[in-house]
Amino acid sequence: MSLTKEQVLKIADLARLDLSEAEVEKYGSQLSSILKYVETLNQLDVSSIEPTAHAVSVATPFREDVAVQDETLEKSLRNAPDQEVPFFKVPKVL
Amino acid sequence: MTELYDLTIHELQDLLKTKKASSQEITTSVFQRIKSVEPRVQAYITLTEESALAQAKLADEKISSVGAQFIAPLFGIPIGIKDNFLTEGIKTTAGSNILNNYIPPYNGTTVQKLLDAGAIIPGKLNMDEFAMGSSNETSFFGTPKNPWDLERIAGGSSGGSAAAVAAGECFASTGTDTGGSIRLPAALTNLVGIKPTYGRVSRYGVIAFASSLDQVGPLTKDVMDGAIMLQALAGHDPKDSTSINTPVPNYVEGLKKLPKDLPLKGWKIAIPKEYFVEGMDAEVSKATQEAIETLKRLGAECREVSLPHTQYGVPTYYILATAEASSNLARYDGIRYGHRKSDPASLVDLYKKSRSEGFGSEVKRRIMLGTYVLSAGYYDAYYIRAQKVRTLIRQDFEKVFEENDVILTPVSPTPAWKIGEKAADPLKMYLSDIFTININLAGLPALSLPCGMTQSGLPIGMQIVSKHFQEEKMLQAAYAYEQATSWSQMRARL
Amino acid sequence: MYTLEGKKGTYEVVIGLEVHAQMLTQSKLFCSCSTTFGKSPNQNTCPVCLALPGVLPVLNKKVAEFAVKAGFATQSTIARKSVFARKNYFYPDLPKGYQISQYELPICQHGKLTVDVEEEGSQNSGKETKTFGITRIHIEEDAGKLLHEHPEHRSSDSTWVDLNRAGVPLLEIVSEPEMRSPQDAVAYLKKLRQTLIYLGVCDGNMEEGSLRCDANVSVRLVGSKDFGTRTETKNLNSFKHIEKAIHYEATRQIEVLEEGGRIVQETRLWDPDQEKTYSMRSKEDAHDYRYFPDPDLLPLLIEESWIEEIKKSLPELPDTKKARFISDYQLTPYDADILTSLKKLADFFEACLKDYKQPKKVAAWIINEYMRLIKADETMIESTLLKPHHVSETLKLVDDGTISGSASKTVLAKIFETGLSPKEIIEKEGLAQVSDDRALEAEIDKIIANSPKEVERFKAGNDKLLGFFVGQVMKAMQGRANPGKLNELVKKKLSA
Repeated sequence: MSLTKEQVLKIADLARLDLSEAEVEKYGSQLSSILKYVETLNQLDVSSIEPTAHAVSVATPFREDVAVQDETLEKSLRNAPDQEVPFFKVPKVL
Repeated sequence: MTELYDLTIHELQDLLKTKKASSQEITTSVFQRIKSVEPRVQAYITLTEESALAQAKLADEKISSVGAQFIAPLFGIPIGIKDNFLTEGIKTTAGSNILNNYIPPYNGTTVQKLLDAGAIIPGKLNMDEFAMGSSNETSFFGTPKNPWDLERIAGGSSGGSAAAVAAGECFASTGTDTGGSIRLPAALTNLVGIKPTYGRVSRYGVIAFASSLDQVGPLTKDVMDGAIMLQALAGHDPKDSTSINTPVPNYVEGLKKLPKDLPLKGWKIAIPKEYFVEGMDAEVSKATQEAIETLKRLGAECREVSLPHTQYGVPTYYILATAEASSNLARYDGIRYGHRKSDPASLVDLYKKSRSEGFGSEVKRRIMLGTYVLSAGYYDAYYIRAQKVRTLIRQDFEKVFEENDVILTPVSPTPAWKIGEKAADPLKMYLSDIFTININLAGLPALSLPCGMTQSGLPIGMQIVSKHFQEEKMLQAAYAYEQATSWSQMRARL
Repeated sequence: MYTLEGKKGTYEVVIGLEVHAQMLTQSKLFCSCSTTFGKSPNQNTCPVCLALPGVLPVLNKKVAEFAVKAGFATQSTIARKSVFARKNYFYPDLPKGYQISQYELPICQHGKLTVDVEEEGSQNSGKETKTFGITRIHIEEDAGKLLHEHPEHRSSDSTWVDLNRAGVPLLEIVSEPEMRSPQDAVAYLKKLRQTLIYLGVCDGNMEEGSLRCDANVSVRLVGSKDFGTRTETKNLNSFKHIEKAIHYEATRQIEVLEEGGRIVQETRLWDPDQEKTYSMRSKEDAHDYRYFPDPDLLPLLIEESWIEEIKKSLPELPDTKKARFISDYQLTPYDADILTSLKKLADFFEACLKDYKQPKKVAAWIINEYMRLIKADETMIESTLLKPHHVSETLKLVDDGTISGSASKTVLAKIFETGLSPKEIIEKEGLAQVSDDRALEAEIDKIIANSPKEVERFKAGNDKLLGFFVGQVMKAMQGRANPGKLNELVKKKLSA
């Protein structure tokens, strides 16, 4: 299938990516050819097949409900591009 | 005389135990080597010489206080770390501009295990951005060169991990393998690369690409070192819900107990016909055929089998891996860490510009693809269908393993290619992983090991796959082969 | 039946509620950070809930247990296998860029809740019993908090991010669109809240936001089979607001329709000051959450043996307790309803009965006196100095004549303030009842001596004046006279 420019822009918006005109063009054609290739999967009849999410199927393990105080906040805040201890900061959300 | 940096871990261990070398001598030798070759190889993103030498000094002190005979196998040995493993206080970039200045506040489980085992960290290794690539050309920090031919790629995504070990800039390295990212670079640089069973090694503290496929493993100079490294990395981790709580056998002992004579007697080795296709490099094909003959001489019964859904692996992978990645990479938003656009006009502007400036083009392409296949109206047609095909691929392997011990295939259809050769065509690049990707979809363990050289002196690797949690088997088969050949003893001359 | 009149006919309102209940766990859903409310900003965070690179989630066992309990209490089908999914969207209060929730396979489905709804304008001021379906109950994580004004320097040029709440476990309980009046909705929510509190799954505090309710509201002409387009109204943090918001929203929708407009399917916000709802999101922000199973987590499997264990550990739920109070203690349904409205109140009631087996007396005292003392505040029941044994001791003292019934009210009110024992209070306040003949006779004599006219009229046959003398003596003795004795003695004296 071939992606329209609108589709490319919509995907970019959902993914929060800002694309230049040239990128819209480039990704549009590259993604279209990848999707075309991917559609070889349509050759298979999978109607009676169960999907696999993980190759190893067991139950998700549990953690006991015990609270632990973490001590790394200060270090984490230091990585923030904009912070005001103890907060992370973003431009005003309206 | 052989330089220290050319030795294997098990050789160094003997030197340390007999006090013929100290950890400081070993570490210094590595850094001298780095100074001489790194400008040409570009394997590292970050070097931590000072802390590595301090670690080595402490290691030597401990060796003299507790006695050299008691030290663990990795004690005092420099092990390079792929730059998607979180290292407390050491910059960790995942090869991306978006994490250019990121200093993690914690060590990942496997890094902590290596440190606890006494390993020394010389630095962080170059990689494809967020491990997305097969040639390491998507890195924000340049492309590592193949030590066997500096005009060629070292493979990807663990390109730095491969180049560094092959160039003698560390003795082993960690890698991650989502579709072949350990095995492919190992094959292209004459190393042993191990992708363990999904769930065998903790993923906690490793920057995720595709969570249901990512697995941590080592790149080493030979199989024995691979067993030593896997021993150190493997084991259940309560911090990783997908890590499986099952005992870890003693891999090194497993190798030692192989009979000297006809070590593979009684072994059934499956050769899937779909992995010997047209378009494959003739020298790779020949080397693999010769390896099969060698295995037969070692007592193994080699027989052709079929994995009928092989050709559907790459498309399945590119749906599932990109879908997971598009979500895994949503956290890189310029708010809590990472690159942020200066003076964003609005919140949406902050998100879009920070991410667009921070991510490289391959990462953006995969995020776009993954977003698309999960979006309303396409989810069933792409994502669910791919998960179903994943079932078929898994069942192919299950069937073959009913009657065979291991599977043998080539790793890469070609030896290392020239830098830039495939960079312009994403689809062509994706097909480099055609022999490795299905192993990840099935969650199986596999390793890559040297099995030949092209006429022009480029390494060729072969892949051995075993059943879930039977890493011991593939290591044994590889070890038997390695003992009978000399490929792994060859070193790149720089 | 609740209906609204429009120009084009009579409308009925269709309501479904989505309730988010914060679970009473010690730690968050997927990491070990504390869930304690009111900590300094970002103190309850760690690499996992800050979504630093490389971290992974591990499920809190208690959360699964709580979800199963809620499932049992609502007669839901409990899934032996449920799956965590990612809901993908970008917002600064959502650090991972996705919320871990359950989508296709939730932990509970097909439940129901039976409630008594106050019928408005019904002649017998009665209650009608109704059953509302529960579509699903699922587990998900809460988001963080955005502050649009800095808490200290009050500037408002940025937004500040506090992730203490990010990752706190929530149960989302989604009802069927089966409610037809604001009263239905309130009754449903009250019952749900009561049930969750009984289970110990949620503290039910709506002001602090540990129980949050969104209302899906649509209207249609009575008799119509099709649903109208619905809106979702958020920020409903009290029963009063829910009632008002639903009424407002239904009225608004009817107005729109009658003016020939169309209802837009959208999220609206209730403004409690203006008492209006207003649209929250513009259309260009159309969401595509791209749900898919979280590959960092494996399926949540609940073993049969564990389900049995949880079932056994279930507390008695309000309806069962109420029925038992009626049958075991011969209480009226009205009294039983009040006593079981709060679990702690019911426990208090039964604790009083331990040493004093007169349920009706205890019930009367709790309903008439105790409820007033604690101002119907559940938290007071544990914090107050007045304990169940005080109640039984005091009521026994009434029965054996040590104090009068009216004095007992004073005694317990004083214990409530001071925590002293009933005997200490009686002594200190001089509340002991006087039953001694001589002491009573002395007072009676005084009153008789001071009331010659009344004595004359009584003797002339005005029997009613007996009460006057008793009352006067009681007044003079500050109510401490044993009323039985007093009556008897006054009669004797006057007829002498």
